[in-house]
Amino acid sequence: MNLDAIYILWLREIKRFIRSKSRIIGSLAFPTLILIIIGTGLNSVFTMGKLSYIEFIAPGMIGMVLLFSSISFGIMVIWDRQFGFLKEMLVAPISRTSIVVGKALGGVTTSMFQALLFLIVCFAIGIKIPSPLMLLLLFLVMILIAVGFVLVGIAFSSRMKDFHGFSLIMNFVVMPIFFLSGAFFPLDKLPEWLKWFVYIDPLTYGVDALRFCMVNTSSFPIWINLLALIVFGLVATIIGTLLFKTTQL
Amino acid sequence: MSNPVIDLLDLKKYFKEVKAVDGVSLSINQGEIFGLLGPNGAGKTTILNILCTLLKPTSGNAIICGHDINKDKDAVRRCIGIVFQDPSLDDQLTAYENLDLHGRLYHIPKDKRKQKMEELLELVELSDKRNVMVKTFSGGMKRRLEIARGLLHQPEVLFLDEPTLGLDPQTRRHIWEYIEKLNRDTKVTIILTTHYMDEADVLCNRVAIIDRGKISAIDTSTQLKKQIGGEVISIKTEDEFHPDQPWIKNVNKHDGCINLTVEEADQKLSLLMNIAQEKKINIDSVTIHKPTLEDVFLHFTGKTIREEEANWADAVRTRRRSRSR
Ligand SMILES: Nc1ncnc2c1ncn2[C@@H]1O[C@H](COP(=O)(O)OP(=O)(O)OP(=O)(O)O)[C@@H](O)[C@H]1O
Ligand SMILES: [Mg+2]
Repeated sequence: MNLDAIYILWLREIKRFIRSKSRIIGSLAFPTLILIIIGTGLNSVFTMGKLSYIEFIAPGMIGMVLLFSSISFGIMVIWDRQFGFLKEMLVAPISRTSIVVGKALGGVTTSMFQALLFLIVCFAIGIKIPSPLMLLLLFLVMILIAVGFVLVGIAFSSRMKDFHGFSLIMNFVVMPIFFLSGAFFPLDKLPEWLKWFVYIDPLTYGVDALRFCMVNTSSFPIWINLLALIVFGLVATIIGTLLFKTTQL
Repeated sequence: MSNPVIDLLDLKKYFKEVKAVDGVSLSINQGEIFGLLGPNGAGKTTILNILCTLLKPTSGNAIICGHDINKDKDAVRRCIGIVFQDPSLDDQLTAYENLDLHGRLYHIPKDKRKQKMEELLELVELSDKRNVMVKTFSGGMKRRLEIARGLLHQPEVLFLDEPTLGLDPQTRRHIWEYIEKLNRDTKVTIILTTHYMDEADVLCNRVAIIDRGKISAIDTSTQLKKQIGGEVISIKTEDEFHPDQPWIKNVNKHDGCINLTVEEADQKLSLLMNIAQEKKINIDSVTIHKPTLEDVFLHFTGKTIREEEANWADAVRTRRRSRSR
């Protein structure tokens, strides 16, 4: 591990992020639209127990911002490959692990930044976090979600030569993860066959934990959610790092 | 002769059936500028990728500055610098940021890093562009910045993969001057690949001609030319001309030209003309010249490098295009 290298690779990601403003706006516009249009449109039709529908889906939208920004960040390692910068990193006398750590920290930071911006949108429409302790727990949950999906993205990009596989991953990995996560519907009344898919989706536990922190409602106990997210983060980190270590030019 | 800093021992790299590098052995001495000359697909880049530890050889080994490329990757990485064939800068960072990033990846202490960066920006004449985003740089400026970056950590060995590919003649000459100056001032050993004959001729102390993953000849360019001996008579004709004579040392055909290597070309020329007349061959033009590196290349590989270059111009264009966002 080389701290200087990790720091500078992290800083590189931050600079690149700040310099591409369209990325920030783009990543926030879509969930904000969903929240406002679907949330308001269905607000009068559904109530979720004591929650309004807009309160119900707001945590799911935070989960969506984290999922999309984290995975697409990880996949951006393909840019490094396409534009040759990957070689500059791989030929330097630093461990592959340092490269993954620097990159992943950059991804978690930029992804958290976008999610926090969206959290402000949520505050604007009237969501209130019950207590400062809940706010801290919320940050922890967000970071765990970001770590896991950044490394899932890095894992994919370590095995992809170009962008041909990108839309495949978006359609067959990211979208199912999002829709199965319970961002839009409650988990308790699902048919048995669908439950299994929902239960193996790591984002399910993320969204449930976010809901616990933001609107004080959840389907699973919080410790189960946290445990699931930690296991997911660890597994993703191990697989992502191993795949990156053996990445080819 | 000083001791070798690089030793290649029967290096091989196969991509499935493609024998990209097929048993290359050579030694390069401290302080040399060594050229790997070969057409597209000869295996030059593959050799460099193996030497800088990005690719694992299928078999064989290489020792760089006393370190084994298979066993001691980090030590090898620390003592080499490389300028890749394709661009490898982060174009969303400035020139200064690119250098600073490199300096930190190589763990150069802050003061030293700052001082080296100033020095090198000066050397490649980019001091006034230090805070400009690399994506606005011209090809030549990017190349110069990459060379500066490759030197920042003061490597003992510098690899340059086609350092002047796709640059205009003026910039090329400029870069040649840098390379020579560098080698003179810092004594860094330089291994460059090229398919420009003039580049190899001007810059390199020794040249290895490489074709289809094998070395066909290796020597100074003067010696290589001497090896061919005599002079080259080039006859331009559209007819089939086979002047089978014992005194013709070598025959090559390309581009509607027949190249004959002979001793005492002045006298042989009239003999040749007589033969041509007897066979009713229509000759468009005849030239005599001392062998150039081009003839050496033709001699050893049976084709000119120019035949490859028609495709090369297109290849570069497509490569650059596919890389621009
Ligand atoms: N990753 C790879 N997978 C399969 N084949 C490869 C790979 N890299 C190179 N090759 C093949 O190996 C051969 C040598 O390629 P290489 O890039 O080393 O040539 P080169 O001498 O550098 O050519 P150029 O002048 O075009 O740069 C080529 O036939 C190429 O198609
Ligand atoms: Mg090459």
